[in-house]
Amino acid sequence: MSETAQRAPGVAGGGPADASAGTDVLARLRQAGLFLVRQREATVFLVVVLLILYFGLINSTGRSVFFTHAALVNLSVVAAPIMTIAYGEVLLLICGEIDLSVGFIYVFAPYVMYYFVQYYHVPGILGIILAVLVVGGGIGWLNGFLTVTLRLPSFITTLGTGFVLSGLVLTLAHGEQAPIPPVLDNLGKWFGSSANFSMIIWAVILLAIFHVLLRNTRWGLHTIAVGGNAIGAREAGVNVAKIKYGNFMLTGLVGAFTGIMISFQTNVIDTFAGGAAYQPMFYAVAAAVIGGTAMLGGSGTMIGAFLGGAVLAILTNGFEVIGISAYPLQIYFGGAILIAMIANVQLARLRGEGRIR
Amino acid sequence: MTTQQEEPQNDAAQVPDTLRVEHVAKRFGAVTALVDINLHLGRGEVLGLLGDNGAGKSTLMKILCGYQPPDSGQIVLDGQPVALRSVDHARSLGIDTVYQDLALVNQLSVYHNLFLNREKVRWPLLSNRTMKRLARQYLDEMGVNIPSVESDVAALSGGQRQAIAVARAVYSNAKILLLDEPLAAMGAKEAAIILDLVRDLKRKGDVAVIMIAHNYGQALEVCDRINLLQHGEITFDKPSAETSVAELNDIVIAEYRRALEERHRQSTNSR
Repeated sequence: MSETAQRAPGVAGGGPADASAGTDVLARLRQAGLFLVRQREATVFLVVVLLILYFGLINSTGRSVFFTHAALVNLSVVAAPIMTIAYGEVLLLICGEIDLSVGFIYVFAPYVMYYFVQYYHVPGILGIILAVLVVGGGIGWLNGFLTVTLRLPSFITTLGTGFVLSGLVLTLAHGEQAPIPPVLDNLGKWFGSSANFSMIIWAVILLAIFHVLLRNTRWGLHTIAVGGNAIGAREAGVNVAKIKYGNFMLTGLVGAFTGIMISFQTNVIDTFAGGAAYQPMFYAVAAAVIGGTAMLGGSGTMIGAFLGGAVLAILTNGFEVIGISAYPLQIYFGGAILIAMIANVQLARLRGEGRIR
Repeated sequence: MTTQQEEPQNDAAQVPDTLRVEHVAKRFGAVTALVDINLHLGRGEVLGLLGDNGAGKSTLMKILCGYQPPDSGQIVLDGQPVALRSVDHARSLGIDTVYQDLALVNQLSVYHNLFLNREKVRWPLLSNRTMKRLARQYLDEMGVNIPSVESDVAALSGGQRQAIAVARAVYSNAKILLLDEPLAAMGAKEAAIILDLVRDLKRKGDVAVIMIAHNYGQALEVCDRINLLQHGEITFDKPSAETSVAELNDIVIAEYRRALEERHRQSTNSR
């Protein structure tokens, strides 16, 4: 990341500076720097590799504890929910919106699954699907309705719906946890059991789906167009409202699905009383931003969000594994987000100058 | 002024005009933006619409592109009166507007911009290769010089961007192009790209163009005919060959003087 910052001024220097750059080595360094600047994912990937090396090797008094099966499963369980929610947030951020309520969708969905299965005897897998569709799609639609149709800023909309959901869960559940219905026990290993890699596998499957959705479909193209130039997109006949509604609903769906996976992983359905449910959302937005998604819309990548999620998870998990105090963790998080944002803003500025050149 | 209103009728006797605007008026509260607009646009013709700020150009453009309806009067397309319900409706009838810099998405490539909302798709995926090939072909046909159709639009110059916006409208089967100040804030070199493009369109003759312009010289260079819009009325209508920058300047300056005198008289009267 620091290399990005050092190399970045070279871009602004542009053509004339290239000639005076001199030696071959410098030129090659510049090339590498430019590559990292242009390929944002490459920068984040480099950070992931460095973090893995750091945590993998630092305490190798014999055998590294970082690479044990248990530690890796644990890591994947931390990483996966950040990533899956981040995919939704990336779509929303690209089209110029944000969803702060997704953490509460994540808390609400498992309860709805519980009610469907326990009280209405909906067969297990159908219960999961219904809960994801009803809660994720429903709340996503509501967020879209309030933001697009009633024209509230999504920041406010989703702050509001988040609180409402939080209170709704606590009221319905009387503030108590619920067990995973016994009928669903055998499904756990497919949806986020803490004993295997199912959760990260879902994160990878969803990465593939969302990456293709963003890069290779009309939906993705229109999402970028709406965030990049809403007036121009509307002029071209793009249905801006449909795109925004849809992305709120997609974010709701991944949020609900992630919540259900978490309930299988912890083997309990929890109310996450208070503000705890904001955490997955904040991590997901942070992952998206670290991965190069612009907060102002118009650009972002799924692979970046995946890698950003990995950075946050490795930081969280790495400190636990090597047994160093987790107190300063948030400092690193904040630092990572700030560095990512600085890189985003400066890159946008440099591109702006590049246009004049 | 009265001669203008009769002239369109004579033309119509031969071939129906692509577009005719008849007695269109529009007011916003106490302000009358358009008093009585009559204009006609022949097949493949390039009409230059000149006029000071506040003369009603943008109101007229908004009516023509379907953004807002006129209070009275009608719009006749190929001899058929139409009520333009929306921008989309106008576009479906072949009237396409190109706005300065508003139309393109900076974050998308040239070819994605060209095909925005008309993408070539092999469901569910985009046919990027087809779109790239067609984009290259379209731009070459139109003589638009872009190094790579894959580069982001943000990296292009103002003239190139405008050219892409025009190309997009042309290849979406527009019959009438409304160019809203396509040359504003553009250097001579940049403007040349657009002027060449308009000339090229004229040569092919498939598309009729109404171009709002500020620079009389440039307008006379590419337009077949010049209309002058003043205080919500078309006050001047001549083929470019029969007028000159000097004449247009004189008219506008005379008008300006009259307005000054009028204001002066009012202020002395009120005193």
